[in-house]
Amino acid sequence: MAKKLEKVDVVVVGSGWAGGIVSAELSKAGYKVVMLERGKDQTRSDFIGVKDELRYTNRHEMIEKLTGDTITSRVSIGDAALPVRLQKDMNTGTDLGGGSMHWAGSVYRWRSYDFEIRSKTIERYGEGKIPEGMQIRDWGITYDELEPYYAKWEQTAGISGEPDPLGDKRSNEYPNPPMLASPAIKLFKESAKEIGLHPYQMASGNMSQTYTNPDGETLNQCMFCSFCTMYGCDFGSKSDPLATVIPTARKTGNCEIRTNSLVRRVIHKDGKATGVLYTDTRTGQEFEQPADVVVLAAFTFSNNRLLMLSDIGEIYNPETRKGTIGRNFTGQFNSTFLGATGFFNDKKFNYYMGAGGLGGAVSDYDADLFDHTDLDFIHGGGIELRQYGDAAIKNNFVPKGTPTWGEEFKEKSLFYAFRTLTVWYSAAVMPWWHNFMDLDPTYKDEFGDPLLRITNKLTEQDKNIAKFGIEKCTEIVEAMGADIIDQDELPDQFDHAYEGMHYIGGVAMGEDPETSAVNNYLQLWEMENLFVVGGSALPHFSSHHPTPTIGALSYRAAEGIEKYLKESGGLLTKPKSSSVKA
Amino acid sequence: MTNNKNPNQDTQDLSRRKFLKSGGLVAGGLLGGSLFGGLLTNQFQKGTKEEATPQASKQVTFDARTFFSRNEDFALLSAATERIYPENKNGMGAIELGVPYFIDRQCASNWGRNANDYMHGPFPSIVKTDVYQEEKRQNNEVITSSSVVKIPAGTANYQTKMTRGTFFLEGINAMEQTAQDKFDDRFVNLEPEQQDEILQMFEKGEVKFSGVDSSDFFKLLRKTTIEGVYADPVYGGNRNMEAWRMKEYPGPIMSFLDKIEEEEFIVMEPSSLRNYQGL
Ligand SMILES: Cc1cc2nc3c(=O)[nH]c(=O)nc-3n(C[C@H](O)[C@H](O)[C@H](O)COP(=O)(O)OP(=O)(O)OC[C@H]3O[C@@H](n4cnc5c(N)ncnc54)[C@H](O)[C@@H]3O)c2cc1C
Ligand code: SF4
Repeated sequence: MAKKLEKVDVVVVGSGWAGGIVSAELSKAGYKVVMLERGKDQTRSDFIGVKDELRYTNRHEMIEKLTGDTITSRVSIGDAALPVRLQKDMNTGTDLGGGSMHWAGSVYRWRSYDFEIRSKTIERYGEGKIPEGMQIRDWGITYDELEPYYAKWEQTAGISGEPDPLGDKRSNEYPNPPMLASPAIKLFKESAKEIGLHPYQMASGNMSQTYTNPDGETLNQCMFCSFCTMYGCDFGSKSDPLATVIPTARKTGNCEIRTNSLVRRVIHKDGKATGVLYTDTRTGQEFEQPADVVVLAAFTFSNNRLLMLSDIGEIYNPETRKGTIGRNFTGQFNSTFLGATGFFNDKKFNYYMGAGGLGGAVSDYDADLFDHTDLDFIHGGGIELRQYGDAAIKNNFVPKGTPTWGEEFKEKSLFYAFRTLTVWYSAAVMPWWHNFMDLDPTYKDEFGDPLLRITNKLTEQDKNIAKFGIEKCTEIVEAMGADIIDQDELPDQFDHAYEGMHYIGGVAMGEDPETSAVNNYLQLWEMENLFVVGGSALPHFSSHHPTPTIGALSYRAAEGIEKYLKESGGLLTKPKSSSVKA
Repeated sequence: MTNNKNPNQDTQDLSRRKFLKSGGLVAGGLLGGSLFGGLLTNQFQKGTKEEATPQASKQVTFDARTFFSRNEDFALLSAATERIYPENKNGMGAIELGVPYFIDRQCASNWGRNANDYMHGPFPSIVKTDVYQEEKRQNNEVITSSSVVKIPAGTANYQTKMTRGTFFLEGINAMEQTAQDKFDDRFVNLEPEQQDEILQMFEKGEVKFSGVDSSDFFKLLRKTTIEGVYADPVYGGNRNMEAWRMKEYPGPIMSFLDKIEEEEFIVMEPSSLRNYQGL
């Protein structure tokens, strides 16, 4: 029997950026908040002295353990989905701060084109440009409306950067100047400029200087230590929830954080959520936490699965194209981040130094900044050269045609160890009728509940956009003067590797309850006191990393929840029925 | 070595101060000093030349197998890793670097036991992981309890019931068998070229065993060998950081703030996790 606890104003599931922001804002506003996190508690001292490539990058120390729970994956309806069994293929976060602790910190806003993608595409190219089955639509919020929330997140996170010369209007500067540029990044930028592009230093969640955010949290200057992506920062220099929103929530005295608390159901009655059911992962004891408002901020997979397991909303059915939960699944997989690698015989770069968000970027081929009339895809991608700081296991690059083992491999991999630079195209991914999430009929978690099943197929759009990007990256690497240039190869099909947590959708936002699950406050159309926050709300995947958009929407959701509590209920936006069903 | 036993306290305090300056921590106006306190003290009290003490050679004395119970298996594994990363003019090969012991320990670890992976059934019979084309896919049909279903194209990577440790044992067995079948001798007695030939057969997926594809075993063997060569020496490979020295990789260093803009390639004497943690 679940033990029933005392009711609170808001219960938040998940402690990453999404859950952290909502908890901080509502506890600052005086509401009683309980935050539930399935993973263990952790503090900054857990990260001191852990610069160990094998343990963190190769053995996935900070990644969710899949012992009791994973997803299943397939390409087509009619295939049997099989479980993604290894942590290496499933990089979701756990423990306090979630995946938002081991992110890299590369920061991009999405573009005005994204938020009105359907209207803008039709306006410029006509309806025929959008292929049948591509379920793009406007988001129900414009860039201008979301802009202040982007700005707010950037202030909280202390983003370091300079404006993208081709970027949309900004209401303010980044709170910190851009990161220092290494010689490799300078070479990239100079070469891109030479061929007429508009390079800039990418913005980062690594601090270019010591910074105190508006909530009074202090972050330290980044040391370029290079153990960044897949690691917690031991210097307090990476903007993550433990350095920002979690202490902010804590110090209000209104937020209680419970770790080792795995939420398994949203409890509801008469169309309203009444709380959540969770299990203490150490004792097995079940608890019921009642609340006036329930917030799911448990990342895309758990957000979708919890709704499905709790029987809330209608699960998307690809045959009828009806139902909104699980609809519009997208992500950046093996067709994205392809480009060209240059090998330099006479130059050596200090590529063992770096930071998660250190790099140069080019936006000339992003979104609709270039003419697509004669191209066989819509949207685009951002070009990047990133200097993460390669440790020794990772850094084994050899030109194509070199054996991958044996004496020649050894010699060449040692020679090219610090003479290899890669430029990639971070491509946008559109939603399709045949890509979605539902529950698996065969595989179960440790409690006997069905696993989430992903059906995801690469399309011609994905391949065409990648092919285009590879060519553009090659032009830059050529201009950089590489002696040997290897182009990445296009994959034939999705490889079921879920790396980098760039997978979204399933509880997507919009104006029309027939095609969207939440409104632009991330309030569920079907259940007004349930807010589903995070990447699950994004209707398509733009060209770049998702976290700033997740952060901005989390601030928007927090505002909505406060409004909901103050004005005692109701839907915060009016549903609109759009004439075009997408 | 504990901190108070350190005879060179003064010099090290100096180097710490020097670091603070050159590392830009002071210039950056460091506020969270307490966060750094322990760490700075550690890295600098040990000094950077700690590795001169022949720590690694001490470890050699105690290396022993904790996973592979049969000497023959371990000998074959050692020979195979040496072909993947041979000794040459650049320096040590896999054996001298301790890679076989690295793999032995990894097999005995949570990783080798797949303790953090989803290992619940049903397990379908394994299919090649890189067969993506639609046509080929149509043929890959398996029978599950109720109906005939298609195995997904490029199926999620690991679909065997075997743990990695077992996979190693079965793979080594299959390599020995292949040596007998092809050359009528034990793998360890073959010429290097013959050993390479067998490795290539595995790489190409030409040998079938235990319901898996031999190319998957080869990938695992190759990847784990490379990990053993280049992981921190604490795991038993990369002995005395010799592989890092070959690669001119410095190991974990606290800060490159003062060096990130430098044009010239900087070669540093490597420093290990032990030095970094300063225990
Ligand atoms: C290696 C890596 C690098 C990345 N780099 C970048 C980058 O450079 N730029 C960028 O924009 N993005 C990056 N990302 C993506 C980024 O990490 C995510 O977009 C971001 O963390 C999402 O925040 P979130 O709060 O929605 O999810 P999370 O931070 O994952 O938080 C969700 C939390 O919910 C908890 N949870 C889940 N289910 C339950 C349950 N049932 N009960 C209780 N708790 C639960 C989880 O344990 C987790 O703590 C990267 C991701 C990875 C893995
Ligand atoms: S590179 Fe910078 S932000 Fe990243 S872990 Fe190191 S010090 Fe922290």
